[in-house]
Amino acid sequence: MKVRVYVTLKNGVLDPQGRAIHHALEGLGFGGVSDVRAGKLIELDVADGTADAALDEMCRKLLANTVIENYRIERVEEAA
Amino acid sequence: MRSAVIVFPGSNCDRDMAEALKLVTGRAPDMVWHREAALPSGLDLVAVPGGFSYGDYLRSGAMAARSPVMRAVGEAAQRGVAVLGVCNGFQVLTEARLLPGALMRNAGIRFVCRDATLKVENSQSAFTASYATGEEIVLPVAHHDGNYQADPETLDRLEGEGRVAFRYAGKVNGSARNIAGILNEAGNVLGMMPHPERAVEPAHGLTDGRRLFEGLLEAVGQPA
Repeated sequence: MKVRVYVTLKNGVLDPQGRAIHHALEGLGFGGVSDVRAGKLIELDVADGTADAALDEMCRKLLANTVIENYRIERVEEAA
Repeated sequence: MRSAVIVFPGSNCDRDMAEALKLVTGRAPDMVWHREAALPSGLDLVAVPGGFSYGDYLRSGAMAARSPVMRAVGEAAQRGVAVLGVCNGFQVLTEARLLPGALMRNAGIRFVCRDATLKVENSQSAFTASYATGEEIVLPVAHHDGNYQADPETLDRLEGEGRVAFRYAGKVNGSARNIAGILNEAGNVLGMMPHPERAVEPAHGLTDGRRLFEGLLEAVGQPA
């Protein structure tokens, strides 16, 4: 089973990389972008039936630093 | 004084730290590989050195903080053993939650490599006892992720409890309240981005780091 974990900076945490990407977009002439936040996507292949609690623990113990980051877990339905 | 330097794959200031400790304390530290589950007995100091442990994959210090040896370092810290984390070592200590907050990408995006003037904010700790409170010292900095951040309550608490050890005298990396180094609640764990081990002898160009190790020797060193 595939699981996607999205790790993003918490609101209010300054994101220098997002800001640099924003500036680069403006430099390329893309207007109308008011903000950019950069995050991470981590894809896991886990055993079927892996419990939500186990996935949550993986996020809290390693995948995200909850001092500055939020995470969201998404189970991916495999196309038949 | 018995000391140990932790070595991770990707550490690159471990030898500098060992040389500085040997020079000041007269005794070479034990070099402890990250896979070790236990530290040598009778240690007065554990140093977590700078570098790019595990390639700084995922987040700076994240992998190193979960390595077997860090559990032993955490237990040593609990027992009151002095723990010094420099640069990547500071990042590892925050990731291991031995210190609060996090070190993020420098606000200016760029790697910063230069001498930085610091203000000693607290000279009561074992690490800073040989400095005077308010004294300005100069140490080299060399980092990409030195931008210290924590929530306002944590920052207020650090300041209120005298746990900010060093502050940058000017803007260096966007750190909240210009924090360069902090202590844990018990005062036996110090994390700092600047490199005292790279400023211990005249050939280094700077020598203000030497007193940090001399102070430690005085405070926690046992007679040989």
